[in-house]
Amino acid sequence: MTMALVGMPNSGKSTFFNGLTGSHSPIGNWPGLTVELHQGSVQLEGRSVQLIDLPGIYDLHGLSEDEAIVRRFLETTPVDLLVLIINASQIDRQLRLALQVQQLGLPALLLLNMGDEAERFGVRINTEALSQRLCMPVLLISAKYSACFKTVELALAAALAKAGPPRRVEGLEERLGAGEAALEGRLAELLNQCVQLPERLRDQLTRRLDRLLLHPLLGLPLFFLAMFLMFQAIYALGVPLQQLLGQLLNGFGTAVLTPLLASAPAFVRGLLLEGLYQGIGTVAAFLPVIFLFFLAMAVVEDSGYLSRAAFLMDALMERLGLDGRSFVLSLMGFGCNVPAILGTRVMRSKGLRILTMLVIPFSLCSARLNVFLFMTAALFAPRQGAAVLFSLYLISFLAAILTALIFKGQFPSREPLLLELPPYRFPTIKQMLVRSWTEVRHFWFWSRKFIIFGVVAVWLLNNLPWGVAPASDQSLSGLLGSALQPLLQPIGINPKLTVALVFGFIAKEIVLGGLAVIYNQADMGQLGHALARDISWTQAYSFMLFTLLYTPCLSTVAVIRSESKRWGVTLLSVFWSLLLAWLVAFCFFQGSRLMGWA
Amino acid sequence: MPQQSDTSPLSTLRPGESATIESLGGDLGLMRRLKALGLGRGQRIHLLRRAWMAGPLHVRVGMTELMLRRVDAIHIRITPRAA
Repeated sequence: MTMALVGMPNSGKSTFFNGLTGSHSPIGNWPGLTVELHQGSVQLEGRSVQLIDLPGIYDLHGLSEDEAIVRRFLETTPVDLLVLIINASQIDRQLRLALQVQQLGLPALLLLNMGDEAERFGVRINTEALSQRLCMPVLLISAKYSACFKTVELALAAALAKAGPPRRVEGLEERLGAGEAALEGRLAELLNQCVQLPERLRDQLTRRLDRLLLHPLLGLPLFFLAMFLMFQAIYALGVPLQQLLGQLLNGFGTAVLTPLLASAPAFVRGLLLEGLYQGIGTVAAFLPVIFLFFLAMAVVEDSGYLSRAAFLMDALMERLGLDGRSFVLSLMGFGCNVPAILGTRVMRSKGLRILTMLVIPFSLCSARLNVFLFMTAALFAPRQGAAVLFSLYLISFLAAILTALIFKGQFPSREPLLLELPPYRFPTIKQMLVRSWTEVRHFWFWSRKFIIFGVVAVWLLNNLPWGVAPASDQSLSGLLGSALQPLLQPIGINPKLTVALVFGFIAKEIVLGGLAVIYNQADMGQLGHALARDISWTQAYSFMLFTLLYTPCLSTVAVIRSESKRWGVTLLSVFWSLLLAWLVAFCFFQGSRLMGWA
Repeated sequence: MPQQSDTSPLSTLRPGESATIESLGGDLGLMRRLKALGLGRGQRIHLLRRAWMAGPLHVRVGMTELMLRRVDAIHIRITPRAA
């Protein structure tokens, strides 16, 4: 048996879905639909029933992509029961969706969610009268708290028992069209009969917080302060966890895998240990940061602050073809690009999402910062070093703005930006954990194959043909480095640095390790001296510019691919960033030669 | 039909003021979205604040608060005094 879940954005639909089905919902591809829908099973009186989570919609008759998807789903897939969820505290407008669902003629059940909030705001609903007039069962719940699910399960089982065979909606357009004219009148009548709205909005907390957080002068500084603190918290916790996980994986490699593979030929051992196993390690190392990032994201989004931030930054971002939410995500990209790109899912307009995905990789992430800190320490005096770092941050911002300006015409956002500013609320710990866990699983599922493939390929480049010293001039990557000289010499990048850039394509975390292999210096201090002897400061700065702007890492490429579902966008992102990196490095390096600096 | 001279675009409303929505314009997608968010004809709309640099408007209609851009707000016509 199949039930479909329909509801408005901001009605707590995903919370309800996760609560009812558990977070282990596989993602299914549906015939005729270009999106993935979450699907979970519910046990109802010993029977397993499927629940499909349809995208959040404002209007069954609306023109957005998601609204079209929901219509197509209902027209093509037979369902036993429609489960409609709306926000009880906004019943004055959301009830409209219930009237539209009623016109479809399918068995339906209406859930009025956030009952706790409705009560706090003084919204009173006569569910019995509503149920009679809508001809469907009506339940008042708070999906945030798991106590309500027992009653929901009973009601679902009862509704299914009465439902009859599964059906799809026949003549959906005509049905919706026929009811359109009378809709507003019926809504007003229904509200009049069954709902008591408060005279004045009782939510003084939100009023007061908004006066401060959306203050014309204080709003933005407070926003940046909040972001800064969030960042600090994520990295204060995430980096040690990342290192710990790295050490554990390393320890397992040396203690268990190395002895196990001791009898294998050196090449096979290298491929499995340094290629494959390290590849898995590279992916795994991202997991703690992604988990913490989404914990923070859950607070920022579910508390209602994300749309406030969008309000504050929108004036600026609108001119770049983006919106305030893109800005928040780009800022988060300064920690790690991967979860920031995963986070673009809060935006429903495809053009806007893709444009944001193209912009985020220019955010100077913590892995790149590591490389820059090392190189500035090796080649610049401390005073200059700070200026160098600052200039890299500045260029990171400029590259993002330039990218948005260039591509905004290609990826226009057709949907009007009408964002709800919900009352402030705090998500429950469980809500936050479920959310983070789901995202981590999603990342692991989509990215691992792609990243492991890339890591193995680069390992082969560094170690083939047979018997060469890894990453030496005779290896494939060394040969590639020499072959690319006509292209990279004008930007001051020698064959050795080219090989480091090849490493950097996998992840900036392994650039320093790569340089250590290439210069044959295991000690970081010694490596710094070797670098300073080998290259000039203009070469080093050019290398940093290139490192800043070209593809951040394979994981980023992998999530752009999995989130955009388009190879075209993925390749555009890779090539545009390579081109921009080359152009900027070229301008700097040749300019510096003209100025006589090098 | 109300006289055009009695109505003005939502963007002329000052923070703290309320008005009644007289008509919705713009394309069909925008009109349907506005209605779904509660901005229907005859509804009272309250302007809470405007963002800096010609940024979005923060309004309340019924139990819902939302932000909308000025480019979209010009399609909403209002009569300042309650009908």
